[in-house]
Amino acid sequence: MILAAVNFQTLSDAVGLGAIYALMAVGIGLVFGVLRLVNFAYGQLVMAGAYTLAFTSAWPVPLSIAACFGVVVALSLAMETVVFRPLRGQSPAVMLVTTFAIAFLLQAIALIIDLRDDTLGEVAASITSLNEPISVGGVDIRKITLVSVAVAAFALLALALLLTRTTIGLHTRAAAADFRTARLLGVRANRVIAVSVVLSGLLAAAVAVMMTVQFPLVSPDFALRDTIVVLVGVVVGGIDRLWTATLGGFTIGFVSGVLNGALPTDKTVYLPSAVFALVILVLLLRPAGLFAWGRRAAVERA
Amino acid sequence: MRRGADAVVELLGPSSLVVAVGLVATTASLANQVYFMNALVSVAIVVAIYVFVGNSGVLSFGQISFVAVGAFAAGVMTVPLESKQGVLTTLFPFLRDHTIGNVPSLLLAAGLGGVFAFLVGLPLMRLSGLAAGIATFAVLEITHNILREWTKIGPGATTLSLVPETTGPLQATIGALAVIAVAFAYQRSRLGRQLRASREDPLAARGVGVHVHRQRLWAFTLSGALAGLAGGLLVHQLGSITTEQVYLELTFLTLAMLVVGGLTSLWGAVVGALAISGLDSFLSQAENGVHVLGVKLDLPAGTRLVFLASIMALVLILRPSGLTGGRELRFPRRA
Repeated sequence: MILAAVNFQTLSDAVGLGAIYALMAVGIGLVFGVLRLVNFAYGQLVMAGAYTLAFTSAWPVPLSIAACFGVVVALSLAMETVVFRPLRGQSPAVMLVTTFAIAFLLQAIALIIDLRDDTLGEVAASITSLNEPISVGGVDIRKITLVSVAVAAFALLALALLLTRTTIGLHTRAAAADFRTARLLGVRANRVIAVSVVLSGLLAAAVAVMMTVQFPLVSPDFALRDTIVVLVGVVVGGIDRLWTATLGGFTIGFVSGVLNGALPTDKTVYLPSAVFALVILVLLLRPAGLFAWGRRAAVERA
Repeated sequence: MRRGADAVVELLGPSSLVVAVGLVATTASLANQVYFMNALVSVAIVVAIYVFVGNSGVLSFGQISFVAVGAFAAGVMTVPLESKQGVLTTLFPFLRDHTIGNVPSLLLAAGLGGVFAFLVGLPLMRLSGLAAGIATFAVLEITHNILREWTKIGPGATTLSLVPETTGPLQATIGALAVIAVAFAYQRSRLGRQLRASREDPLAARGVGVHVHRQRLWAFTLSGALAGLAGGLLVHQLGSITTEQVYLELTFLTLAMLVVGGLTSLWGAVVGALAISGLDSFLSQAENGVHVLGVKLDLPAGTRLVFLASIMALVLILRPSGLTGGRELRFPRRA
């Protein structure tokens, strides 16, 4: 019955959302792999990128997007130097709570900057034309959906090549498998971490560009809710491996897209409860992750 | 002898801090009193979280659900009958047509919090690490969603108001002291020590016969009951409450208080709660202009959160084990 209500429009939107969430999942998973740190402030990187796009709305579009990438990558490198580096090797709780504090800090700063013109929220309108639909075989698909899927596919492919075909990729995978042993064998820790952090920053910037197309009004809590949902997806999928984390991110984006599009509004009031009950169920049955087949849960590293 | 003295300091240190804050609260002007009361209620909430998170080492984002259940139970049941039947018309009849006093409402809040935590903990306490964090977060989401939408048990998305403001300085102090005393008794009990052993080394603890799952469940239930009580204190302090006030922001803030103070000690929980809420109050005063040591300090509007978040981050970066280092208060010892 529910399926009958799912039309192609809903499905394509859900795939678009899934693609964006998959990219965020990769960004979070990359840093977790090498640092064992769940970066709750990842959404604030996206938020910073979105604000950059809003403030550079008057610039030519390529320049504005370049500025967005520059700001987000610089911010994520700064985060790694100032915050992650001193915390290396601390307990997961301390690292996670510190990234809460950083998330709050960046939000508070964004609020002050935003309120300079006395209205909350800025509009990033330069590339919203991508919201227009194009017709593919008689079905309307928004351009941004195609762009999101293409960008996600391209980014994932490029990342896969980088991780499997280059030396630095090999080092990164070695560090993610066992950081100490990798260091003993000559992997340079700071370089590997910096590469992961930059990659995750690039992904955050790409997400910022694609999200502002669909939600042009940028406020300090931009992408906050999405980050929480993606974190849930990443853990449900299996955070220990990049591809299970990515799949988890895509799944939770796709499922929430389909459910939100398919159910009438008066039926969705208890939808969050149902979704989170499902999350609990999956975690109880497969604590190492829904997609982590054939492997026992990795012991948390000290 | 020495151990006895340690125990006395371990309990009296946090308690006397709380009593001191309570005493200052009674002398403060009515406008300032609210800051001290906030601090005392925060102590109750943070210590309740500490009972589970601190003793077990398992991160939980779900304890605020028990605060929420306690707050709404105590709130809904104490709204005076004549106004309740006019405002909260959608309630189940037995909730709508009965009202209880202040103390029974606090006991009810504690009881419901404990029962709810026990039921939730029964399946969830098998998990640890990030899976436990996300699962307990899911509990928070479900609790928030149901409290917000189910108008037969509460006000739903609207504000619950007209709750008697019975949490004055006295009740806040007694409540915080009670929570501290229970937390102290628990962590020195056989059960508490078994759980703390499992925090340090789960395998070794299991090896000497500790039933980790069961011990975590006890602590989770006790923590839920204390959190429920703290919720009751909270709603009677505020007089009105919405579901948003006992949701994400409170979860992050109270966890931050616990970690800033020092995750693994009762002393840390109390110090963290008082330090952060004290700092928060000071900064919100400073936004309106305040005199410190003869110098007028006047922060630009909106900078309170920037300062608060920076200081929290700074403490965690410079002192990851918290202000107290996660240790209990002790007499200084000669080597």
